[in-house]
Amino acid sequence: MTIAANPPGASDIRQGRLDEATLKHNFADLHPLLTFHEAKVEAERCYFCFDAPCQHACPTAIDIPLFIRQIAAGNRTGAAMTILDSNIMGGMCARVCPTETLCEEACVREAAEGKPVAIGQLQRYATEPTIGKGKSPYQRGKPTGKRVAIVGAGPAGLACAHELSLAGVDSTIFEPREKAGGLNEYGIAAYKTVDDFAAREVDFILSIGGVEIRRGQALGVNVKLEGLRRDYDAVFIGMGLGGANKLGLPRETELENVIDAVDYIATLRQAKDLSALPVGRRVVVIGGGMTAIDIAVQSKKLGAETVTMVYRRGPEQMKASAYERELAQTSGVVILYWTRPVALEGRGDALSGVVFETGDGAEGASAAPGSVFRLDADMLFLAIGQRGTPQALDGAGIELRDGRIVVDSERRTSIERVWAGGDCVYGGQDLTVSAVEDGKQAARSIAAALGAVRA
Amino acid sequence: MTDLRTDFLGVTSPNPFWLASAPPTDRKVNVERAFRAGWGGVVWKTLGEAGPPIVNVSGARYGAIHGPDRRLIAMNNIELITDRDLEINLQEIKEVKRAWADRTLIVSLMVPCDEKSWEDILARVEETECDGVELNFGCPHGMSERGMGSAVGQVPEYVEMVARWCKAHTRMPVIVKLTPNITDIRHPARAAKKGGADAVSLINTVNSIMAIDLDHMTPDVVIDGKGTHGGMCGPAVKPIALSMVSEIARDSDCAGLPISAIGGITTWRDAAEFIALGSGTVQVCTAAMTYGFKVVQEMITGLSDYMDEKGYATIEDFRGAAIPSIVDWQYLNLNYVAKAEIDQKLCIQCGRCHIVCEDTSHQAIFARVNGKRQFVVNEAECVGCNLCALVCPVEDCITLVHKVVGVDPRTGLDYARPFADWTTHPNNPAVHAKAAE
Repeated sequence: MTIAANPPGASDIRQGRLDEATLKHNFADLHPLLTFHEAKVEAERCYFCFDAPCQHACPTAIDIPLFIRQIAAGNRTGAAMTILDSNIMGGMCARVCPTETLCEEACVREAAEGKPVAIGQLQRYATEPTIGKGKSPYQRGKPTGKRVAIVGAGPAGLACAHELSLAGVDSTIFEPREKAGGLNEYGIAAYKTVDDFAAREVDFILSIGGVEIRRGQALGVNVKLEGLRRDYDAVFIGMGLGGANKLGLPRETELENVIDAVDYIATLRQAKDLSALPVGRRVVVIGGGMTAIDIAVQSKKLGAETVTMVYRRGPEQMKASAYERELAQTSGVVILYWTRPVALEGRGDALSGVVFETGDGAEGASAAPGSVFRLDADMLFLAIGQRGTPQALDGAGIELRDGRIVVDSERRTSIERVWAGGDCVYGGQDLTVSAVEDGKQAARSIAAALGAVRA
Repeated sequence: MTDLRTDFLGVTSPNPFWLASAPPTDRKVNVERAFRAGWGGVVWKTLGEAGPPIVNVSGARYGAIHGPDRRLIAMNNIELITDRDLEINLQEIKEVKRAWADRTLIVSLMVPCDEKSWEDILARVEETECDGVELNFGCPHGMSERGMGSAVGQVPEYVEMVARWCKAHTRMPVIVKLTPNITDIRHPARAAKKGGADAVSLINTVNSIMAIDLDHMTPDVVIDGKGTHGGMCGPAVKPIALSMVSEIARDSDCAGLPISAIGGITTWRDAAEFIALGSGTVQVCTAAMTYGFKVVQEMITGLSDYMDEKGYATIEDFRGAAIPSIVDWQYLNLNYVAKAEIDQKLCIQCGRCHIVCEDTSHQAIFARVNGKRQFVVNEAECVGCNLCALVCPVEDCITLVHKVVGVDPRTGLDYARPFADWTTHPNNPAVHAKAAE
């Protein structure tokens, strides 16, 4: 058997680097559902705190001690209702929330033994059967005749629609993509949401009724904000972040295989056959947030030989938590800190390498600040943050900051009858759970403004 | 949601969850907190007669035993009746009942064992417009030495006498609270019924010393170097309470006597179990004192979800459903055979089942199969005692399976034999004596 060695710098992009069985194993549920025994043991670790720190840490203020106590007492359905009452997307949140920096970090057992209660896994255990039934346990409120336009069928928009429905307010969601779910469907790492869960959860939430989704409708293109304001009693904007930041390096947009991580992840999530995805042999990822981790880990799981994640500052400044960094490292990703790309190399039209420079602050780094080195690269993923696309608002005069919409505590924008939530809003945590809370609070504010009260 | 409303002695509660008479219910501040948390009713901490206030120790009044992770298994107390002024209590009771008209407010009472004392206190309590009274015949310490509390509860004649006095002097429903520190709970229960009591509540606390401090050679809880016995409560006493409630529920002399059950009720399931034995309401104390009043939210949702699942629209739909299945030992089917079965998929191979069976039971579990560590029941020795299932750390790993087909390798008898109990067994001397008559 001969192995053709790639000449240095040649572009090595291939499909099917790993066989089907290995791919299936790699992309299986990262955290499988707890068994009955595991759930019981874990639930009984909860101390049922007063004014619980975990509940305060949760952006949707789920009554965590109560739902865990309900699990321990054998009332799984009750636990699910406790969760869904505060967070209709409790299923997805259980899978994707950075619990290690939210509820589990606040857990008193983290303080006591360094081992917090596995709140995220218990939340999934509780909600699984209820969501699995497919039908929302909630009742649509008596229709009030009021109608709201929602931009974006992501977590913020869906949560808003659900909460509005409880108050008898109908909504129409305008969604550019083919499927609803937003980043749940197109962005979250595949091994965190297996078995088409994102889509099943969308159906579950919308089965309450009173919500219509119109696909292929992008704000600013197919539908305009002014039109929505005119035709509906209120508007909620949950359009997320449409733009990806660029490095600003020469040849960045013309070289092949220089890819926005979010685009590749979206393709990966929709791929019916993972072996059909082209994967570089030597992959470089620029960035330090969740998206960077997700693309790095998933590249490794697709069979990339080397994956190097490069971040311009240190571990403490990274948006990705220690837990996520560990996941990357144990998946075989190499993380370089205090390093930034300064040039892209190409062979012909394809990327062949990246040149880096180390920066200040690299304590204990092997390379002194200012040293320059290069890495071979077949694929370069940019995961350096996403930008808002306020141009979609057609200059409606909504107050913006850093390209994102400014809202008050009720999620009202600066223009009448328009609310906003989720990633498109300035100052948020850019998490699924905070988007859900935005949608929920905005809906309550909208309902009150429209004179609709939940029964 | 199902309807959790209960009608107990003509008094309605939005749910069957009451707080028992104890420190959690001794003043307006906490009772109102309890009602805000969702409790359906409270029994106000025991009032005594007018006069100098009760005095108690200013040190530890509670002891406890804990399981793993410091989970409270049982607690005991040397609390006494209320140490607050009677007038303040009566005033607060009146205010709370006015403010919370839909919740049940029962007042617990303990006065000296003479008719006038009871007549007087009842008149005062009636003025509060509360929903009823509970006669405290159960306090096993402190008051019993003064001829009250369990000093009355242990003497059925006194129970009947005082119940009769009370019924003569008030229109309010009268509940008699029973002490478990007695040989046969049916006697005081029957006495209460004979005296005209409208219901019984049980159990009060069980006489106990929680532990001995081996460094100081004293009980675990001391006042200035000395300790005393106290009343135990909490999860560990629930089985005692279940049995006593069942005894009263199936006693023909007590037939139909309403029961308010107390004893280690911590979750919805505990409450449902007492309801299944005929209780109309349940009273909780230790769970609230361990976790706070919020525990009632788990109880309410749990009971309601259980009833939804089973198709019970109201409590009455399943109240008492388990009573017919409780019988004396002599009526158990001796021809019924069950044997243990270990689910090898769930087994974590700790071997506890084997060693307890080997050391202390019937030596009926193999520890090795084909030279490998594996735990399998030996049906030729297994009597189905259930010990292995109970000590196994994994839920549902070991189950008892009813054997119906084949021959029991232990006895050589067919599994499928007709019902027969001790009352007709040839080894039973009473059978022969009867035949001889």
